[in-house]
Amino acid sequence: MADMMQFDLVSPERRLASVQASSVQIPGADGDMTAMTDHAPTITTLRPGVLTVESADGKLQFAVTGGFADVSGPATTILAEQAMPLSEVTDEIMAELVAEAEAKRDAASDTGADAAAKLVADMTALRDQVRAS
Amino acid sequence: MPSLKDLKNRIESVKSTRKITKAMQMVAAAKLRRAQEAAEMARPYAEKMEDVMSGLAASVGNAEGAPRLLAGTGQDQTHMVVVMTSERGLCGGFNSSIVRLARTRIIELLGQGKTVKILTVGKKGRDQLKRDYADHMVGHVDLTEVKRVGYADAAKIAADVLGRFDGGEFDVATIYYGRFESVISQVPTERQVIPAVFDASQDGADSTLYDYEPSEQAVLEDLLPRGVATQIFTALLENAASEQGARMSAMDNATRNAGEMIDKLTIQFNRSRQAVITNELIEIISGAEAL
Repeated sequence: MADMMQFDLVSPERRLASVQASSVQIPGADGDMTAMTDHAPTITTLRPGVLTVESADGKLQFAVTGGFADVSGPATTILAEQAMPLSEVTDEIMAELVAEAEAKRDAASDTGADAAAKLVADMTALRDQVRAS
Repeated sequence: MPSLKDLKNRIESVKSTRKITKAMQMVAAAKLRRAQEAAEMARPYAEKMEDVMSGLAASVGNAEGAPRLLAGTGQDQTHMVVVMTSERGLCGGFNSSIVRLARTRIIELLGQGKTVKILTVGKKGRDQLKRDYADHMVGHVDLTEVKRVGYADAAKIAADVLGRFDGGEFDVATIYYGRFESVISQVPTERQVIPAVFDASQDGADSTLYDYEPSEQAVLEDLLPRGVATQIFTALLENAASEQGARMSAMDNATRNAGEMIDKLTIQFNRSRQAVITNELIEIISGAEAL
């Protein structure tokens, strides 16, 4: 077994997970990345996607809608705006999130249009990923 | 001199008042525990957020083209005052003390010739401020229907405030809320959220050099609005705990006062009953002597 690091997933309302993990796959805004022990200290924003954690007691998966990750040598902390275990995500929840993103895109001004369109694309991708699992 | 019947009625009514205040106190105690738990759960997120932001702000803060949420608009002519109070009364001086702090500040700002805009969260604060500053009010957030404040509620308030900021409606935003210290002490607190201020004393302690993706600037721009929402959320949770704490001690006092009043009234009742008996005896005796 690889070296372990501390992994925390917190949302504004509660701490969702706090486990020892060997690797964490993060849906970063600039692309996915996998953090392992002694990763260079990095802070990245998140896009909607699936967070995969290889923990001491098996694989954990969470759907996150945004936030940021703080990766430092001995620990990885994810601060997610909204997060839930992948198994608890239903089609209705996803439909709601996609609709919300689409509404935001339609309301967006010229400057924010690109970002809003990307949000919709990411959200749709997340929905498909949820359906597939 | 109230009659015996009157006294009896009053004792009964004070007794039922005591029952109600006692019940309210116990309900507040239960709610307080829940509110405190919620506040505790939210702490790791808020602390981490603050850490990362202050680190970022220190490195980006003074650079050219720093985000407006951090650097401000370059002036402080228009102030947004967000007053957070409770939706219900019967919690002692809780609402009044928050409003008093906000009012002092408003008077000071108006005295300096600034423009003040007021956004109220919670009915009680609005009612108190409406009297003097009705034409400064720009909005009100109603949380009457909300049983437990969630992050979504805070996010909505934050979106409202940020929308107004982007629309150029104000330069500086400050929130007012009751910080929960203990059941008997809630401290009315003011905190400036826009432009963001950080505790400068922490700088240097955390010297890890981070890589930022996509870039420092982009991360900070993403974080600042979240930071505002987080601060508002923290304030809402503190407020909820403070309100219940204040209500609990107010109701405890009320229960005690009711108890004292019952004792006093009971003594008065017994005295006047005794007086009636004595009177009757005197009448009988003097009647018998007259024969």
